[in-house]
Amino acid sequence: MIDQFGVATAALLVCMMMTLFRSIAGPTVFDRVLAVNSFGTKTVLLIAVYGFLTGRPDFLDLAMVYALMNFIGTIAVMKFTRFGDLAGMEEDEEESL
Amino acid sequence: MSWASIAEILSWVCILSGSIFLLIGGIGLIRLPDFYTRIHAAGMTDTMGAWLVLVGLMFTAGWSLVMVKLVVLVFFLAVTSPLASHALAKAAYLRGLEPMLGRELKVGDGND
Repeated sequence: MIDQFGVATAALLVCMMMTLFRSIAGPTVFDRVLAVNSFGTKTVLLIAVYGFLTGRPDFLDLAMVYALMNFIGTIAVMKFTRFGDLAGMEEDEEESL
Repeated sequence: MSWASIAEILSWVCILSGSIFLLIGGIGLIRLPDFYTRIHAAGMTDTMGAWLVLVGLMFTAGWSLVMVKLVVLVFFLAVTSPLASHALAKAAYLRGLEPMLGRELKVGDGND
């Protein structure tokens, strides 16, 4: 008998494939970063659901760490594409406008 | 009806609706014509779908340490994913990416 975690795992894998398609075919770099961020969130969900699927939910710590690192990675890539430098100052923003 | 079977049913309902949210968000991420509309699809998936799946897991976990970890995970996602969407939209707009406007979807050629 299929439980709800199997259903959620299947839906997550299909959704991750769609997200991966967008991250490969995205016309702009922002599409790719958006898709990678969304892929990371779905990875967090997949880790959590897989722990319950195997009856051993000990991987939730990894999911928490992955959620935070995914957020920091997205912000770092955004800052890099916006300023061209990870230590960009506020004056650069007004220049680019 | 015991509490365990009620929790089982609630877990099924939450996880199934969360999976439907995730699939709709994935289809939207492929089909929508513009970057700013794809932010909508991805942001909806990252908040509502993730919350529903994690709340469904909470009903299965019961009152334990696992539930505390799931609550912390829901809090992290609630703080970080709208912030990431906002930073993406702001960076793209400041970089000069124009949104599609009007009925004809003027900018770009991605209208499928």
